[in-house]
Amino acid sequence: MSLKEHVRVVADPPPVVLPDPAPVVIEDVPRSPRSFATIDLIEYGISAAVGCIASLLLCLVLDWRHPLTFVLWAGVAMFVVEWLLVRDRTSSIQATDRVITALVWLAASIAIGVLGWMVTYVVIKGAKGLNWEFFSTDLSKVGPLNPGGGSFHAIIGTLEQTAIATAVAVPLGILTAVYLHEIRGRFSPVVRFVSDALSGLPSIVAGLLVYTLWVSTGHGFSGIAASMAYIIVMLPIITRTAEEILRTINPGLRESALALGSPHWRVVLTVVLPTARAGLVTAAILGVARVVGETAPALLTTLGSASTNFNPLHGQQADLPLFVYKLIGLPNKVQVERAWTGALVLVSMVLFLFTLARFISNRGTRRLGGKR
Amino acid sequence: MTDTITPPTYTGPIPGFAPAPDAAPAASAPRSGHLSATDVSCWFSGRKVLERCSLEMQPGRVTALIGPSGCGKSTFLRTLNRMHELVPRAQLAGDIRLDGTDVYGSEVSPAWVRSQIGMVFQKPNPFPAMSIAENILAGLKLSGQKVHDEAEVVEQNLRRAGLWDEVKDRLDDGGVGLSGGQQQRLCIARAMAVKPSILLMDEPCSALDPISTGVIEQTIRELCHDVTIVIVTHNMQQANRVSDDCAFFMLEEQGAPGRIVEAGETAQMFNAPRDPRTEAYVTGRFG
Repeated sequence: MSLKEHVRVVADPPPVVLPDPAPVVIEDVPRSPRSFATIDLIEYGISAAVGCIASLLLCLVLDWRHPLTFVLWAGVAMFVVEWLLVRDRTSSIQATDRVITALVWLAASIAIGVLGWMVTYVVIKGAKGLNWEFFSTDLSKVGPLNPGGGSFHAIIGTLEQTAIATAVAVPLGILTAVYLHEIRGRFSPVVRFVSDALSGLPSIVAGLLVYTLWVSTGHGFSGIAASMAYIIVMLPIITRTAEEILRTINPGLRESALALGSPHWRVVLTVVLPTARAGLVTAAILGVARVVGETAPALLTTLGSASTNFNPLHGQQADLPLFVYKLIGLPNKVQVERAWTGALVLVSMVLFLFTLARFISNRGTRRLGGKR
Repeated sequence: MTDTITPPTYTGPIPGFAPAPDAAPAASAPRSGHLSATDVSCWFSGRKVLERCSLEMQPGRVTALIGPSGCGKSTFLRTLNRMHELVPRAQLAGDIRLDGTDVYGSEVSPAWVRSQIGMVFQKPNPFPAMSIAENILAGLKLSGQKVHDEAEVVEQNLRRAGLWDEVKDRLDDGGVGLSGGQQQRLCIARAMAVKPSILLMDEPCSALDPISTGVIEQTIRELCHDVTIVIVTHNMQQANRVSDDCAFFMLEEQGAPGRIVEAGETAQMFNAPRDPRTEAYVTGRFG
């Protein structure tokens, strides 16, 4: 057989008849491409189990008795095993990605867990004393060892003092932020520096200031004195948060408003502040949240009371932090229970105010279908 | 085969743009709205970016400012309605007159100048806290003018911007829900509602698709019967399509201030430029 013939034989294979490919049917069913696969769950399970066993062995061998030690080492071992498992299946980059994702989840869960644990604890401790009487009566007619009585006087005090402080500090803080960012006046750096310094001021110093300048100069203890101290504490928080919010407003909006022939003040009032509304509400919320639980300045300015005082301008007035602070230290079970219920009321009040403020600020935004 | 989008090349009047650029109706041109800039120079933080630019912007005509990036077209535009001075450490020299009134005169307020000389920016920016209708009325309210018939002002200006049919059923929705091209036309309507005699446009189509660009160019051709329009554009074809007059800006060298190399009627600038650099630029040999 010649070479030519040989080549021809190789070059002409019998024609291969491919079967018609079956038509691929892609179903029109929604799915989430990034959802957990079973293999991921198995890997998490294995690494958790191995981590626990390794940590248990370590604790037994080295005679470590504290449960937290076990949890810590179990966590460390779990992440190591998880990394190795994922690396063997895929690659080290994916393994690192998985471990870091898990760490981020862990951090978030710890933060939320601590919050949830605190709230649950307050609810468990305080729910026992929750009844109508607690909201409708004060402690003026209750003997020290008797049950009954409530926190009406403290709720009134907290509402009045915080409302006065908010009514002054929120407009003042937002105006200061407008000065800092919209007007950019000559003293902006100074104002910003003072504001920053003020935000680091311990709240008891604010209380001392008001005590020295107002309470001890003949005006006496009163709810409004507490409001003054609260204003000092709130103002820098609101100012700086509001300034950061104004910074995020698209400068093109100011420009185009000015280009329509508008004076500067009207641009701020009609365009900038409404656009920033949701953020400014957040700024106000942060300020209120900071002061509503302040005890130290209240001790020096309003001193607390067992009876209801509606007038914030004159005379000692209770508020919820003081109510809790005074009762929790007493060697009497009834009083301590009252303190926990007071704490629960305080927490619920803050939560309610936050939800309300969020709701109000979102309503207008949602009407226009805009992004927050 | 026409399944790829090719940039249109100018070969005469384009259907859809009713008046051809060189057939601007001189008879119906408004009397007011003559903007005249003489020897305008600009500085940012002491650095000169624009030198002795002089340009006449005639009533009822569209003037296009063309030239490579960074040659001071937008800066020149922003001096015309005193937006330039909002930039910190910005300075200028020269004389700008609106119908004979010195725009930078001591008795003239910047707000008044800006209500007479409206502006549309590169990025469409409707006010997010306002509805479509409120956006149109915003200019009037911002400049402190009384509005008697709000609905009519809204409809009239939306119609002028060619947006009425698209949004008439959702005037109370937010302006940010519109598409980019619609947002830009909303901004044009908002600027026109103040009844300016001049409308400045700073690359109004550079963020838009070809269809929206076409609609806006058509709007420009229709608006120029009522107002003087000055438009900055990077797009030669666009300058050719929409403008009656043209000014070509260029840097002599890198770092030197920008200058007006040549100004004149668009047809002449594109067909028989006097300066060789203009010819090189409009034919696409550089820039």
